[in-house]
Amino acid sequence: MSDIVEKTLTALPGLFLQHQAAGGSGVPRVSVSSRLGSLIRSITALTSKHEEEKLIQQELASLKATVAAPNTTLRLMKECMVRLIYCEMLGYESSFGYIHAIKLAQQGNLLEKRVGYLAVSLFLHENHELLLLLVNTVVKDLQSTNLVEVCMALTIVSQIFPREMIPAVLPLIEDKLQHSKEIIRRKAVQALYKFHLIAPNQVQHIHVKFRKALCDRDVGVMAASLHIYLRMIKENPSAYKDLTGSFVTILKQVVGGKLPVDFNYHSVPAPWLQIQLLRILGLLGKDDPRTSELTYDVLDESLRRAELSHNITYAILFECVHTIYTIYPKPELLEKAARCIGKFVLSPKINLKYLGLKALTYVIQQDPNLALQHQMTIIECLDHPDPIIKRETLELLYRITNAQNVSVIVQKMLEYLQQSKEEYIIISLVGKIAELAEKYAPGNEWFIQTMNAVFSVGGDVMHPDIPNNFLRLLAEGFDDENEDKQLRLYAVQSYLSLLEIENALYPQRFLQVMSWVLGEYSYLLDKGTPEIIITKLYRLLINKSTTSETKAWIMAAVTKLTSQTHSSKTVEKLIQEFSVSLDTCMRQHAFELKHLQENVELMKSLLPVDKSCEDLVVDASLSFLDGFVAEGLDQGAAPYKPHHQRQEEKLSQGKVLNFEPYGLSFSSTMSSSGCTGRQSPAGISLSSDVSGNSAETGQKETNSLKLEGVKKLWGKEGYLPKKENKAGSSPELQPIAQDSTLVENVDQMIMKKDQSQALHHSEEEAEKQRLASTLFVGLGSESAVSLLGKTDTVSHKFRRKSKINDTKNREVTSTHNINCSSFSPLSNAPYEDNDHLNSFQDKEDIGLKKCSLGSEFLESGLKSESLTELHLVENFSACSLSPPSLFEDNSMEIFHPPHPTLSSFANEISLTSSLLEELNEHVHSDLVELCNNEMLKVSSCKIWKDDCLLLVWLIVNKSSLELKNMNLEITSTENFKILEHPGFCFPVIEAESTKSIQHHVQMEKLFTEEDLSGCVKYKVEEDPYIQLEFSITLSLLDFIRPMKICTEDFGKLWLSFANDVKQNIKISDSQANLPFALKTLQQKLRLHIVDIIGNEGILACHLLPSVPCLLHLRAHEGMAALWFRSSCSTLPDYLLYQCQKVMEES
Amino acid sequence: MMRFMLLFSRQGKLRLQKWYLAMSDKERKKMVRELMQVVLARKPKMCSFLEWRDLKVVYKRYASLYFCCAIEGQDNELITLELIHRYVELLDKYFGSVCELDIIFNFEKAYFILDEFLMGGDVQDTSKKSVLKAIEQADLLQEDGKERNVQ
Repeated sequence: MSDIVEKTLTALPGLFLQHQAAGGSGVPRVSVSSRLGSLIRSITALTSKHEEEKLIQQELASLKATVAAPNTTLRLMKECMVRLIYCEMLGYESSFGYIHAIKLAQQGNLLEKRVGYLAVSLFLHENHELLLLLVNTVVKDLQSTNLVEVCMALTIVSQIFPREMIPAVLPLIEDKLQHSKEIIRRKAVQALYKFHLIAPNQVQHIHVKFRKALCDRDVGVMAASLHIYLRMIKENPSAYKDLTGSFVTILKQVVGGKLPVDFNYHSVPAPWLQIQLLRILGLLGKDDPRTSELTYDVLDESLRRAELSHNITYAILFECVHTIYTIYPKPELLEKAARCIGKFVLSPKINLKYLGLKALTYVIQQDPNLALQHQMTIIECLDHPDPIIKRETLELLYRITNAQNVSVIVQKMLEYLQQSKEEYIIISLVGKIAELAEKYAPGNEWFIQTMNAVFSVGGDVMHPDIPNNFLRLLAEGFDDENEDKQLRLYAVQSYLSLLEIENALYPQRFLQVMSWVLGEYSYLLDKGTPEIIITKLYRLLINKSTTSETKAWIMAAVTKLTSQTHSSKTVEKLIQEFSVSLDTCMRQHAFELKHLQENVELMKSLLPVDKSCEDLVVDASLSFLDGFVAEGLDQGAAPYKPHHQRQEEKLSQGKVLNFEPYGLSFSSTMSSSGCTGRQSPAGISLSSDVSGNSAETGQKETNSLKLEGVKKLWGKEGYLPKKENKAGSSPELQPIAQDSTLVENVDQMIMKKDQSQALHHSEEEAEKQRLASTLFVGLGSESAVSLLGKTDTVSHKFRRKSKINDTKNREVTSTHNINCSSFSPLSNAPYEDNDHLNSFQDKEDIGLKKCSLGSEFLESGLKSESLTELHLVENFSACSLSPPSLFEDNSMEIFHPPHPTLSSFANEISLTSSLLEELNEHVHSDLVELCNNEMLKVSSCKIWKDDCLLLVWLIVNKSSLELKNMNLEITSTENFKILEHPGFCFPVIEAESTKSIQHHVQMEKLFTEEDLSGCVKYKVEEDPYIQLEFSITLSLLDFIRPMKICTEDFGKLWLSFANDVKQNIKISDSQANLPFALKTLQQKLRLHIVDIIGNEGILACHLLPSVPCLLHLRAHEGMAALWFRSSCSTLPDYLLYQCQKVMEES
Repeated sequence: MMRFMLLFSRQGKLRLQKWYLAMSDKERKKMVRELMQVVLARKPKMCSFLEWRDLKVVYKRYASLYFCCAIEGQDNELITLELIHRYVELLDKYFGSVCELDIIFNFEKAYFILDEFLMGGDVQDTSKKSVLKAIEQADLLQEDGKERNVQ
């Protein structure tokens, strides 16, 4: 510290002089320096953080007054900004100055403007609202004739710019690509790169101009354009394969020293450029032998040219090696690259060694022999004093782990884990150990002990999947029943001995795992009675450091164990103690335990031994309470309403008067029972015991439907609470228990190391050799190739049994059964428009039959709202081909279509008609034009097949030229799943012809309306690709199909669904009659009307592929009570919305 | 792409910070604090590269000042190290044998040079001459601009 102050004092006069000399603008500089300087100096002189804070607050207060004062000059403002930047850098907020920074950028002269822009870029972030105020300034500066102003504007644009304002500056920046100064062109390219990053579709139209930039005569501009290309190629390598040659040529020129000397860095030609190009070539050549072929030469030359003298050449070499291993392999190059890696690994420089290890990690899977070559270095690195090197070595070892060396490698990892404190490292390493242990464990004991270490070190920071997977593994077991038992038994024994230790602290997650295992499997112990274990668990339960979540786990374990014992004093004590606990959850558990204990038979059937993987059948809809509910209702109790409905009603009551009488007593007559409690509307016609049975079977179905992943394990245990990340569960890391028993293996390892250190040097060497032989076993050259594959298949010792798959299969068949009921015939489900169409066809059979498309067009012509004008015109002209006399006049009046020849339409029509004939049995939408240019037109049609939504794309080549390499590609989104490959390619589309493509689309995520977008790309002769984009809106209704079931099935299903949504909506008088309302729903939403009983109706539908949803509707005095139930939790809400919409519309 | 660049002293005082990815102020402060701790705790002979959170960190110490860059998974560590060096060279050339004090007192100049060298987290101009030419040009034109304003 003192040397700095001293240096400050001595250097100051010189500093000022020097600035005057360097910058030139003397007068303001001194004043800036002096004010800022005095601030900096006084801060440096301070000794405590507190004093600094006081001083800065003072400074900020005075700054605030200054910037707000009206008579502050811009020069003073600039100086204030610099001080503000300084204060912000020290970590003090100065948001009052932000607006002034923008003002300064707007109003100041160049010097001030520059500071203003700098302050803006440092203060604001991309989404800051003040940023909008900057747009005008930027636009003005971009138009300036002063180069410096333009540069500043481009710089700020490339740093922060509001995404939605890009269109305002885009044309200006595009113009700059043709600017005479290379610095402007270069900055413009980089600004566009930035736009490409934040809003790729906005700059899509200038891709051609990027190519120009790539060919710019200035190296800087070309280099800048490589950023964009790197990015674009990363996203879509196949589109830029044709540029490979150019990139190779550029790289050859660079490597050959053809660039100006200015670009040399320590006499290496343009290293940044080289690295950028190498990365691009790597991306282009990946998995592509033909493209890779082009790059082999230049890669070889790069390797050769990079003489090892300086770090920078190593940087290039490293990138070269990376590229060589990424592209399609060529043995000679691989050999050279491997030698190169050796240079890194063996280098005495630590940075290079680190990168060498990294490179090894990267290539090890392709070439395990390389690890063998460098095994001694790797061993040395394992004990390197720099933890970063150690960690990279472990990463490398992790990649070469197999069944033979797993124990040594895991030991090394655990050792590292003990020294490490950083959370990120612990999480990742613990995950790796668990994975290796699960994959390659050599034995039960080793596995349990390793997992013990994982749990005690990883504690509460590790990924929740680790304990979940572990428990599932234990519960589901493997193929050998005996082995399973031994593993479980060993786990129980090991946990018991861990709990034996006095005052040992274990992470909560570990305790949870222990308690589950003890509760489930301690029956395997011969000698120990449950009593002993219960006592141990009880001790944990009353421990203060145990969180309430863990307590719930322990309680569940105790409950299980109680069912195996006759009477236990500890349990009595426990019940007594926790019946008065302040923790309501614990109190409930205690009461449950108490009641269960009184009924031993029930308890045994509820908590069977070793049945954690079997399904317990539960009647989730509580249908056995139906009688009780009905009784309650008879006596005038209010019907149960779910929370959300109560909320809604409360809201609506606030607004309107309630005209219905209060306290209406419900009688259990047929008509009203539909809206009572949880009684099923379908149960109306069924006797109560039948409904009970049906509920059970129905429930079983949902059980298997909802089964997925880990949840299953806990789902069956009615008592085990759901796992959740409570904020309360102690997040801090538990110190690693020092007890030797906990991680015996690790301690042994450390002891071994201690011993070896004490021994003679040569023995140390021998030790290393030994370690090497244990580490690299199984990596021998003869087995090297097959090894990776082999270990994966053979030594998955602890591979999970495929129970899940079984259940999945069952699930499939069960849902299939639901599907099997055929859907309603066509006439049930069409849109009204189709009726329209039919009537048209009836009226006019003049040649319309010849091409059904004509009628399609007629109809879409009538429905002009969805069509562009142009389209309309085309439609009519197309119609005029097939002479429906009615419209002939119209088509004459309206202008002629711009380009297309009529024959192409004839083509289109014939194709469409054949297509439509083919799919005639399905309901389909109109053909809608999506996009269009002078060459081609893309239209599409939705076909609502019973089992999927089929999208048909028609691509019409309107021109008289051949279109080549036509690609149609659908952008994949999370909302949709396209069953086929989403892209499609036609090598050639002949002139004036039409092609069609079909895609089956499924819904992945529920939505009301979403756009499915895509693009077509094509080439005309040798011109560059032309791209047309389109999008089509798909709605939920496109995926809804009627579900034809009978009333009885409806009842069964109704009871089995847990997710329900209720809503009352107003209906107009015209809909007051129920059948009409139902008809509307049937037509517009494609619901199937199952039955109508009095003023109630039941409907059913399903969401493709097979998510059923049921609707119960009751019309009552201008209101309709809608009640949805489904196996999907969100579907009812979406359907409700759709229902409301159509009810309002009609 | 570079995520951010920090310059800080051996005493843990921040001298310059440049963020190339939008981030909340709070998160920034936390990252600066943590990273400084990690880097300052490293011994002189240790490796210049770190894996920190989901980023790669490259740092180098010049006298009492640490230059520290965070880059993404695909980026090349060694070239980043040279990038730091090139930046120091630029500073050195501009200030004339640069020391920490130059950067403390003229941090805005240091920012201008950085902006001319890196743009949006990527190298803009690798030619030392042209970077300095651009800066000098800006300095000179500022004079003109001022005169013009006066007139």
